[in-house]
Amino acid sequence: MARTIAPTPTAAPTELVPRKRRRGIDTRRQTLWIWVFLTPTIVLYGMYTLYPIVASYWYSLVEWNGFSSNQRFVGIQNYQAVLNDPAFWSSVKITLLFMLLVAPARILLSLLLAMVLNSDKLPLRNLFRTVYFLPVVTTTAIVGVVMQFVFDPASGPFTAFLRALGADVGIDFLGDSGTALVTAAAVYVWKFFGITMVYWLAALQTIPTELYEAARIDGAGSFGIFRYITLPLLMPFLLIITVLTVEDTFHAFDLMQTMTGGGPFFSTEIIEIYIYRWAFSASIPQLGFASAAAVLFGLFVMVVGALQAWALVVARRSRKDLS
Amino acid sequence: MSAITPVSRGRRIASKAPWWGVVVLLAVLAVIWVYPFVWMVSASLKSSLEVFTAGLQIWPEDFAWENYSRAWTDANFGRYMINTVILTVSTVVIVVVRCALAGYVLGRFRFRGQKVIVGILVATLFVPTGYTIIPIVKLSMELNLLNSLTGMILALSGAANVSAILIYAGYFRQLPKELEEAATVDGAGFLRVFFQIMLPLSMPVTATVALLTFLATWNAFFLPLVFSFSDPDLRTLSVGMQAFVGENATDWSGMAAAGVISIVPIVALFLFLQRYFVEGIAGAVKS
Repeated sequence: MARTIAPTPTAAPTELVPRKRRRGIDTRRQTLWIWVFLTPTIVLYGMYTLYPIVASYWYSLVEWNGFSSNQRFVGIQNYQAVLNDPAFWSSVKITLLFMLLVAPARILLSLLLAMVLNSDKLPLRNLFRTVYFLPVVTTTAIVGVVMQFVFDPASGPFTAFLRALGADVGIDFLGDSGTALVTAAAVYVWKFFGITMVYWLAALQTIPTELYEAARIDGAGSFGIFRYITLPLLMPFLLIITVLTVEDTFHAFDLMQTMTGGGPFFSTEIIEIYIYRWAFSASIPQLGFASAAAVLFGLFVMVVGALQAWALVVARRSRKDLS
Repeated sequence: MSAITPVSRGRRIASKAPWWGVVVLLAVLAVIWVYPFVWMVSASLKSSLEVFTAGLQIWPEDFAWENYSRAWTDANFGRYMINTVILTVSTVVIVVVRCALAGYVLGRFRFRGQKVIVGILVATLFVPTGYTIIPIVKLSMELNLLNSLTGMILALSGAANVSAILIYAGYFRQLPKELEEAATVDGAGFLRVFFQIMLPLSMPVTATVALLTFLATWNAFFLPLVFSFSDPDLRTLSVGMQAFVGENATDWSGMAAAGVISIVPIVALFLFLQRYFVEGIAGAVKS
């Protein structure tokens, strides 16, 4: 840190230089304050985000059966074990399948709804916006537990509803390995739909209303307006919203853990639950093994994150071209 | 627009007509949307027997308020509520302070190492909890913070929140330079410029960051779960709910009452400050 504080004539890290004469002292003091201001973030972020990222790599190379037991270096054995574990690949598959189930639903359905809710002719639109957004703010872990009861095959309200419609009863939506993932996906869409809807509403608000008016005067129909005005102007947002939503679907631990716990028969075991199972709920915790899985998961999310950064750049550029 | 002739009013109603069809559709969807919450509130007021037999009946026969006292006292949700409030308020304060400080210097000044810091922050924007949880537990254990609220608070304040820093940085960057030039001429130092001019100006951002952090912390599950394994008294509402169902699988009305207790504060906050919530979330695409 001492090195950064030292005033080097080339550094001149300031935009606000009141008097040339005092520049050296001012700069030095300012640099000092800058680093003081950064300290809480450096300490906390360093301890609880950066250090864990780095430490995971080390932990993934050791055999380590419990937080208070010793670590023994085993090289890449954990990675070999993880990659040879069919359950790991199953959880990767389920994570991706889950993403493919929920992301399109969240993105496209919420666009449809946002376009309707964006119209100022619609009565009660603020009420509808509030209602559709409501599940987003509720505690995911609580919703997950409540959903276990809602979908209870004997006395749950969903079963009662199907019974009232005259349907054959007794489907255990969350307890059957054939339906559990789809049901979980539906609940997830319901729960987080509002976020994507708000993204779209923000995107729609960037389109000036004069454009619509001009198009209408020129005789364009609703479909023409959508096809030639709304859609092209929304394209850059589609990229951003897609990556934000996809990234979001990898964080479904709270809902899955409380709703299905990864079951039945591991049919809803996403990667985060797989890691959790080996690290925290196994009778003999396999922390090295779980760390290796975590590192692989982190790399996986990072690849998607890199894709995100790239998409943002592309989106910015095309937005600039338009304006 | 101001002079409404009968003709234009008639046309207005006609032009609104198709919307009512849409409204009906949206209303049906809205009922489905809130139904799980309505069911939860209704179940929390029914007797343990009625919950199982009521079917679609929403209105309880007798209001069984004792479900709430059972959840609050016997199931320890009073304790969990206190824990959650302490955890959330402390985390919000720490996050707001540290993000405002960091965002201010990152957005307003140029200094050595700045690009490195911003680069690291952006690169770790989406680090999942599942990835960092094992080292966090190990570190907290060594610092003797594992079974304590303090440990939870620090871990939650240190994780993520990159977007909060970026929001602050973006806001401070676009403020006019004359602001602090005038103050500096008057002899104000670095600290006074920040606390007396910049921080008060950033109130809208602070409101957004505080609300989103509040939401994330109140609803946090993974970290509090792992931090309270060996001490049930440290559970938050979200963790307590799962434990409650694990121990009393048949007490549906108690479960529902506990759920209502846990969700009402955050829903109330949302209804009062809806605009800020929505703006905060929309900020992700606007920037």
